[in-house]
Amino acid sequence: MAGTYASFVNTAVGKKLAAQLGLPRPARLRRYAVGAPLLDGPVLVGGHGDAPLAARARDLLAAEGVEAVEAAVPGSGVAGVIADLTEVQDPGDLETLRALVGPALRALAPSGRIIVVGRPPREAGSPAQAAARRALEGITRSLAKELRGGATANLVLVGEGAEANTEAPLRFLLSGRSAYVDAQVVEVGAGSVAAPEDWTRPLAGKVAVVTGAARGIGAAIADVLARDGATVVCVDVPAAGESLARTANRVGGTALQLDVTAEEAGRRIVDHATRRHGGLDIVVHNAGITRDRLLANMDEERWGSVLDVNLRSILRMNDALLAPGGLRDGGHVVLVSSIAGIAGNRGQTNYAASKAGVIGLANALGGDPAVRGRGITVNAVAPGFIETEMTAKVPFATREVGRLLNSLSQGGQPVDVAETVAWLSQDANGGVSGTVVRVCGQSLLGA
Amino acid sequence: MAQSSSPRPAAVIGGNRLPFARANGSYANASNQDLLTASLEGLVARFGLAGERLGEVVAGAVLKHSRDFNLTREAVLGSSLSARTPAFDVQQACGTGLEAAVLVANKIALGQIDSGVAGGTDTASDAPIAVSEGLRETLLRLNRATTAGQRVRALSGLRPGHVVPEVPRNVEPRTGLSMGEHMAQTAKRWGITREAQDDLAAASHRNLAAAYERGFFDDLMTPFLGVARDENLRADSSVEKLARLKPVFGRGEDATMTAGNSTPLTDGASVVLLGTDEWAAERGLPVLAHVVDAETAAVDYVTGNEGLLMAPAYALPRLLERQGMALQDFDLVEIHEAFASTVLATLAAWEDVEFCRDRLGLSAPIGALDRSRLNVGGSSLAAGHPFAATGGRIVASLAKLLQEKGSGSRGLISICAAGGQGVMAILEAA
Repeated sequence: MAGTYASFVNTAVGKKLAAQLGLPRPARLRRYAVGAPLLDGPVLVGGHGDAPLAARARDLLAAEGVEAVEAAVPGSGVAGVIADLTEVQDPGDLETLRALVGPALRALAPSGRIIVVGRPPREAGSPAQAAARRALEGITRSLAKELRGGATANLVLVGEGAEANTEAPLRFLLSGRSAYVDAQVVEVGAGSVAAPEDWTRPLAGKVAVVTGAARGIGAAIADVLARDGATVVCVDVPAAGESLARTANRVGGTALQLDVTAEEAGRRIVDHATRRHGGLDIVVHNAGITRDRLLANMDEERWGSVLDVNLRSILRMNDALLAPGGLRDGGHVVLVSSIAGIAGNRGQTNYAASKAGVIGLANALGGDPAVRGRGITVNAVAPGFIETEMTAKVPFATREVGRLLNSLSQGGQPVDVAETVAWLSQDANGGVSGTVVRVCGQSLLGA
Repeated sequence: MAQSSSPRPAAVIGGNRLPFARANGSYANASNQDLLTASLEGLVARFGLAGERLGEVVAGAVLKHSRDFNLTREAVLGSSLSARTPAFDVQQACGTGLEAAVLVANKIALGQIDSGVAGGTDTASDAPIAVSEGLRETLLRLNRATTAGQRVRALSGLRPGHVVPEVPRNVEPRTGLSMGEHMAQTAKRWGITREAQDDLAAASHRNLAAAYERGFFDDLMTPFLGVARDENLRADSSVEKLARLKPVFGRGEDATMTAGNSTPLTDGASVVLLGTDEWAAERGLPVLAHVVDAETAAVDYVTGNEGLLMAPAYALPRLLERQGMALQDFDLVEIHEAFASTVLATLAAWEDVEFCRDRLGLSAPIGALDRSRLNVGGSSLAAGHPFAATGGRIVASLAKLLQEKGSGSRGLISICAAGGQGVMAILEAA
C-alpha cells in the first residue's frame, strides 16, 4: 500500500516533475524474503586500530557468501559498509571513519547499509574517548540523512566483553529485515546468546504470544514470527475474533480471544501456552488503542481506557508472565511503543503517556538484575508512520506529511515493525536488552 | 449411576459458533456455506487445527439449496483444515446438529475415527426459493425434448401462474399446520399459561445475558460480519415487557404464544470438536465432557394422537432406563426452547401420572425437574434458533457448564424436531 505521493513520483511524469522541483523520491525498499541473500553485493569492511569487530563481521559475511572488500573499487558498487570504530581514543581518530566511509558513499547500492560499530560512551576510559565515542552517534544520524535510494545508517555500541554477541544485530541491520530502521543506536551488552541452527528459522521450536494479533501490526508480527519458525498464540479481544481466527489459521497457530485488561489475562495466556504448546518463550505486548482528545477536552474514560489497555494491562500480565512457570528462562519480551511516546503528539496525551510508559517499562525490566539473571531480554520497538488501516484513516494532508517527514521519504509497512520484533525475540540477540528501537525511517519527529 | 455404555466414549473438546443473527439482519447476504465455513474457521483457530486431517466433519442445514448437496465437504474445502478431511451432510430438521454430534461420537466410540467435527448451519434469510411445480415439469420436458416440435410442445405447456415461486414455509406437509399452530394445540392440551411462558422467556434472556457478562462465550464463539453477540438477546427483557406482546398462534382464550415466547427465525452456524481422550491429550487439548448416550424418538402427530413437538418426552424414559438414572440425577438439563410452551408441556407431561402411565408405560411419573438446573446459560428463546445450528450450540455450552460443575456431573440435552421427532443425549463432565 504505497502512498498517493509515492505512487505518483514513481511514474514517468512524476519522476521528472519531482526531479525538477527537488521533491523527495521515495525508493522501493529492499525487504527480506526467505532465501534472499543477506546483501546483494560486496561489503566494505574496515576500522580503526585492530578493529576487532571488523574481523567478526568478515567471518559473518563469509558464512553468508558475501564478499568483504578493503576499499571501494571505483566503478563497482558496494552493498554496505561496516566501520569498526571501537578503538577510537580521541576525536582525532574519527578521521578513519571519514576516510573509510566517505569515498564509498557514491558507490553505495540502493538500500545499502552503513553500520558504524563503537563502544558505549559511559564505559570510556577518558573524557576524550567518551567524546569520540559519542561523536559516532552524531555522524551516524547525519549520515542517515544524507543517504538516498533507501540506504540506511545505524550505530551498534558493543560493551566491553560483549563482542561475541554482535552477530544477530549485525545480521539484522545488514539484511532487508531492517528496511525501515534508520539512524538507530543499538547497544549490545553481556547476556546469554545462542546462535540458531538455521539463520532462516531463528525462532524454530519457540512458542510466542502476540497480543492485538487480529489486524495491522499485530497480525504482521504473528506472520513474521511464524515464518521464522515460532508457534504463535494469537490474542485479541473477543469482538475481533473473526480477524483473529484468520491470522491464527494463516500462521498455523491458535487463537485466544481475551481482553488483555481482564484481571486473569496473564494467567490465561500462560495456561494456554503451557497446556497447548508446552511452554512460553516469547511475549509481544502489542495490543493498543487510541482515544484522541486535546487534554482540555479529555474525559476520565478516554484517559483511563488508553492507559489501561496500553500500559497497565502489561504490568498486570507481567506478574503472571514473568513468574515461575510463565516465560521460560532465556525468553524474550517485546513491547510495542510508538513514536508518539517519544516525540509526543497533539491530541494524544493519554496515548503518549502509555507509549512513553512502555519505554520506561522496557528500560527498567530490560536492565533488572533478576530478569537478566534468568537470561530474559526485554525491549521495545517504537513504530513511526506505518501504513495500516489506522493511518489510512488519517486526513490526506496529515497522512502525506507523516509519510514524507523521514529520511526514507515514505511510510513503513507493518512487516517492518514485525521484522524488528522478530529480531528482538531471537536467542541469538540475547545481548540486547532494555533498549528501544525506532522503526521510523529516521522520522524527523522526536529525533 | 451406570457407567458410560460405550467402550471408548467420545470426548467433547470444545466448540465454536457464530453469534446468531435475526433473519434478514446482519447475515442476510451470507449463505449456509459462508456461515458453516466461518464457524469451522473459528474452531480451527481456537484449537490450532490448521492443516490437520480430522476423521470426519458431519453437519447439515434444514433450509438447503439444491446446489448445497455437498455443503459440509465444501465448507471443509473452504476452511483451513486439511483438504484430506472427509465430510458428509445430515438432515433431521432441528435435530440435525445434535444428531450429527451423535454420529461423530458413535464413530469415535467404535474406533473408526479418532477425531471429528459435528455441526449445523441455517439461514432463513438466504432460503432456497424453488420454481413452481408446473414450471419445473415444463422445464424438465423441455430438457428431454430432442426435436424442435417436441420443444415447442413442451413450451406450450407454460402458464402465467407458473411464475409464482415456491417459498419454503414452516409448515408440516401432512397437516398443513405451522409448527406454532401445532404447538398451540399442545399448549392448550397441557394448560400452559401465558404467564408461565413469559416467565421462561424472561429467564432465557436473563441467563444468556449473564453468561455473556461473565465471559462464558469467549471461548465458544467467534464473531462474524461485525456481530459479536446474539442479535435476538434482550438483556433488559422482563415478564412485564413480554406480557405486552400480542399472541401470534392459537385463538381467543387459548392464544398464549407471542413473538416473545416463541423463537424467531435466525441465521447462524455452530460446530463441536469431538475426539478420543488420547487424540486430545496428544495436542494438549482439554476434554470438557464425554458423550454418554443418546436416544431419538418419534410420535404420531398426524392423526392428532400426540403433539408435534412431544417426541422428547418419549425418548427420555428409554434413556433413563438404559442408564439406570432418574431425571432428577441430572445436574443440568438443556431443553431446546422451540417455544416456551414446548419446554413447559414436556416438563408437565413428565410430572403427569396418567401420561407417564398410559403413554410412557411407567408405573410412576418421571417427576418434576428442579428449574434451577434448566437452561442455565439461556437457550433458543434468547439466543435464537438457526435450526441445524442449535444442537452444536447446546452440546458445546453444556459441556463447558458441566466442566465448571465438576468431574462426573451429568447433563441432558433434549431437542424437538419437525416431523414429530426428538433427539436426546447425555453428557458427563470429564
